[in-house]
Formats: sequence, C-alpha cells, structure tokens
Amino acid sequence: MTATVAAESISAIRNSIANGETTATAVAESTLARIAETDPRIHAFLSVDRDYALAQAARIDQSAVRRETLPPLAGVPIAIKDVLTLEGMPATAGSKILEGYRPPYTATAVRKLAEAGAVFPGKLNCDEFAMGSSNENSAYGPVHNPHALDRVPGGSSGGSAAAVAAGMVVATLGTDTGGSIRQPASFCGVVGVLPTYGRVSRYGLIAFASSLDRIGPFAATVRDAATVLGVIAGHDPMDATSSPLPVPDYTADLDKGIRGMRIGVPAEYFADGLDSEVRTAIEAGIEQLRAAGAEIRPISLPHTRYAIPTYYVIATAEASSNLARFDGVRYGLRAPQSDTLATMYRRTRDLGFGAEVKRRILLGTYVLSHGYYDAFYRKAQQVRRLLTEDFLAAFREVDAIVTPTAPTPAFRIGEKSDDPVAMYLADIYTVTASLAGICGVSVPCGKSREGLPIGMQILGKHFDEAIILRVGQALEQALRD
Amino acid sequence: MPEMERVSLEEVRRVAELGYLELSAEEETRMRRDLNAILDYVAQLSEPDTASVEPMAQVSEVLGMGDESTSILRDDVPGLCLDRDRVMASAPDTDSVFFKVPKVIER
Repeated sequence: MTATVAAESISAIRNSIANGETTATAVAESTLARIAETDPRIHAFLSVDRDYALAQAARIDQSAVRRETLPPLAGVPIAIKDVLTLEGMPATAGSKILEGYRPPYTATAVRKLAEAGAVFPGKLNCDEFAMGSSNENSAYGPVHNPHALDRVPGGSSGGSAAAVAAGMVVATLGTDTGGSIRQPASFCGVVGVLPTYGRVSRYGLIAFASSLDRIGPFAATVRDAATVLGVIAGHDPMDATSSPLPVPDYTADLDKGIRGMRIGVPAEYFADGLDSEVRTAIEAGIEQLRAAGAEIRPISLPHTRYAIPTYYVIATAEASSNLARFDGVRYGLRAPQSDTLATMYRRTRDLGFGAEVKRRILLGTYVLSHGYYDAFYRKAQQVRRLLTEDFLAAFREVDAIVTPTAPTPAFRIGEKSDDPVAMYLADIYTVTASLAGICGVSVPCGKSREGLPIGMQILGKHFDEAIILRVGQALEQALRD
Repeated sequence: MPEMERVSLEEVRRVAELGYLELSAEEETRMRRDLNAILDYVAQLSEPDTASVEPMAQVSEVLGMGDESTSILRDDVPGLCLDRDRVMASAPDTDSVFFKVPKVIER
C-alpha cells in the first residue's frame, strides 16, 4: 500500500496489518505523505504530529509481530476535530483564544479510538468553537472543498469532512450542534453520522451548546462510519447525559436490506428554498429506496419552519454561558498589561474571539437578559418541545425519515460570509434533529451538473442508529450498482 | 435602516458589558445591524400557540431518562482528578499552586 491507503476500508487496513501484508508504520507513513502532498490545497489540518502517529503505529506493529489479536481499528488513520481534546496535543477549537493550549486530558471518544488501535495523524480545522456552516469562521483560515477548491466544505466540521473526501485519512471525528457533521458530509460527498443525544460521551468536547452538542464519525462508506460509531458509543461516568443503554453492533445488520421498512418523506423539507438539482437527486434516491423494497410514505412535521429561530435562540443562549470560561485566567490567551481583572477579561475576549463568536455571545446574552427571557428563550424551549413531538408522532408511523441534508450543494467561499441569516439557513434541514435529540446520517446521493456532491439525510428515532445506517447502506449499494 | 429597530446601540453596549466583550465603534454598529436582522427572523417564534406547552431544556426529559428511577449519576465517592502540575502548565500566570490575576479591588 502506498498513497492509496485512505481508499482502503477499515477492515482491509486492519486485516492486512494482522496478516503481515503491510505494517501500521507503513500505513502511517503513507498517510502522512498524503497529507503533506494534499493538504496545502485543502487546509483540513490545523496540526500534524508525525512522531505521535508513528509511535502509535509502532505499538500496533509490536502487537502484530507478537501475533496478538488486533483491536478493531488497528493501524487505521483517523483525525480529530480540534474541538476535542487529546492530552498534550493542540486543541484550538479554531479560535485564537486557545492558541498554544495543550489540554491535560483526553476526550472519552478520542480515548476509545486510541484504545481500539486508531492512529492519529493530527487535529482538524473547523469553525471557531464549532460556530458556522462553512468553515470560514476558523481563526486559522478556511478549508477548501476537495471537489471544488473555490467552494466551502460546509461547517462547522469542514476539516473533518474534507480530510476524508480528499483521501487523507480513512475516518475522522466531528461534532454536530445544528448540522455540523451532516451538512459538511453532504457538501464533501462523504458519510457523516449524528448519533442520538447521549449515545457518545461529550467529555473532552469543548462545549458550544451542551443540550445540542454531539460527537460523531465521518467516513467514505456507511460501513466504516458504523464501525467507528460502535467504538466511540457507550456510557461514560464523566458525562451525566450519557446513556446507559447497551451499544449494539452497528455493522451486524447493515446488509439486511430495507424490504418492508416504512420510510417517511416530510413535505416541509421539499418546500421553497430547495435547490432544484438537490430536489431531483433526493427524489431519485427515494426511488432507489422504494425499488429496494421500502414503503415510502408522505408525512408532515408541521413545526419545521420554526426550527431555525428556535435553534439560534437556544444555541446562542447556551453558548453565551459556556464561553464565559474563556477569561484568560486558567488556560489559553491572556491579554497583556491589563490593570484590573475586568479589563483583562474584556481585552482577552476581544483579542481571542472572532466576529461570529462575539455575535453569538451577544445574541445569547440578549435572549437571556431581563425582559427578553420569556419572549425568546422560554418561547424557544416551548417550540423545541413541539418540534420534538412532531418527530415522536412521525416515528409512530414510520421507521425512518429521509430529507435533503442541505438546501443547496456547496456554495462559494465568501458567498454568504457577510449575511448571518443567509448562512444560518444552510442548516434549515439539520437543526430539527439537533433540537429533538434524534439520530441522523448524511449519505452521498448523487451530484449536481457541476459535479458537486449532494447528500441525503436519513433520520431515526432515539437510539435507532442501526436502522438509519441500514437505510444508508441500501442507498449506497443502490447508487453503486 | 428601518425606523423600528429592536436593538438600540445602547442595548448592544449593555449586552457587550454583560458578556465581557469589548467592541470597537465599528463592531458596535455592525453587531447592532446583525442582531436586528437575526431578531427580525427570530420574531416568527411568536406565531405558534405555546400556552399549554412546557419548556424543554434537553431531550432526556422527553425520553423519561434522568429521573429518580433511571438516575445515571455517579456514586458520590472521591476519585482521581487531573494532576495539578499538568493543569497549571496551561495557566497564563501561576505560582504553581494558584492562578494569578490582575488586582480585583482598588485600595
């Protein structure tokens, strides 16, 4: 294996290391070479640590030489979004305020990957504190979409999607608060999974909006994404919202097909604002699911139109509270030469935060402030319940719901960066599942005439990841044949 | 700019002060414009009737998790915490035991 390592599946890499056809060191070397060759055009990585990756690979090779049973991700190159901590490695969250910070602990999801034998070549670019839909809010510069370098990769996990799409790594971890895994997966033509809230521990995730934040995998195929999800899922005493439900083998039933499965198509996701090429591609994908034996049912999710305003009130309110910790006292940036503590706080946050982060802190503080709390924050929490009940009612009638992941293919860098409302509408089909806590996956579903990827979003009820992955697998198979 | 602005310049300044943000004059103007545009969009939240709807803070309450019977809290016993030296290594200013900050009270 040489420069094509990332085109291999997880099981192919693990097995060829186990049977001595290659070594984890060779895989890591070829991954690092591929990153060095490709990433100057993409800018998916914020940091690459060659020594760290090679040391991990060497430990796998020692196991392989001793003929030990290798763990499920042995030698598989996986990169991590820079909002997740890995002890001793940078964790900027795409922000200047955390430049140079080296966290003293490792996120649970990252630790589980390491224990499963994954090799970490580096940390991935993202919108600052995961706030954005295009990766243009990274303080370290944008990521370029591998399918068209003048286009955004989506956001906020733009680096995570682009690194897989460009074949630099086999899988990545991203995070999704309002669409930040699914939308970039759609824009970059890869698979991205939003696990049910509570399925994957958030310990070690630099918080944006804690009732919405989730960690999930990106990969080139549904099977590889399912494999990584199975590794990172499960209860963690370090996250009180993590679920004690057992984790099934997400790959076991992937090929069982979808004959007789009831799949809902919500009218509200095919209304005004949906790009005609995206509509055509998704409708063709739905026909493939019907041909594979699914029963397609029209459904309604009547409160969908209120999802974006609900999301931007709740997410910014939580962010304004979470980001209070960045004060220059315990870690990260501190503005020099401040006379008083209050001045130090303000100057540190002025130097450290970018425009979108400031905008969201201001909005979140406003909607929580005296006189506006009931009209905005309390109201949004009430509508959140209505949106959730829409889904709970729908899932009494159907097993899964399919929609476009995003209203358009990837837009141009700079196209929406001066219009926050237009940018927020890029998340119009993804924020609903975020608010309701249900699971979802974006699976490639054709391309536009210009060759830009289009993603189908498959939504399932809480803890029904196995079902949506099965639908995703059926779509992937149908489009491959 | 329309005459009916939801957020005045004074309110932008007040909210910035609450959030410990320092804004330049240029930023104040831009943030006011953006907040008004966003809040105009958010205003449609007033449409649905929610008189009898309880607020929902997070999903576990809908799933019936997190109450007394399904508590997933840890046992209340001491455990290992992060090593002080490694934590203090990240601090901008420390005597290795405490975080040091500029003066808080004028004497």
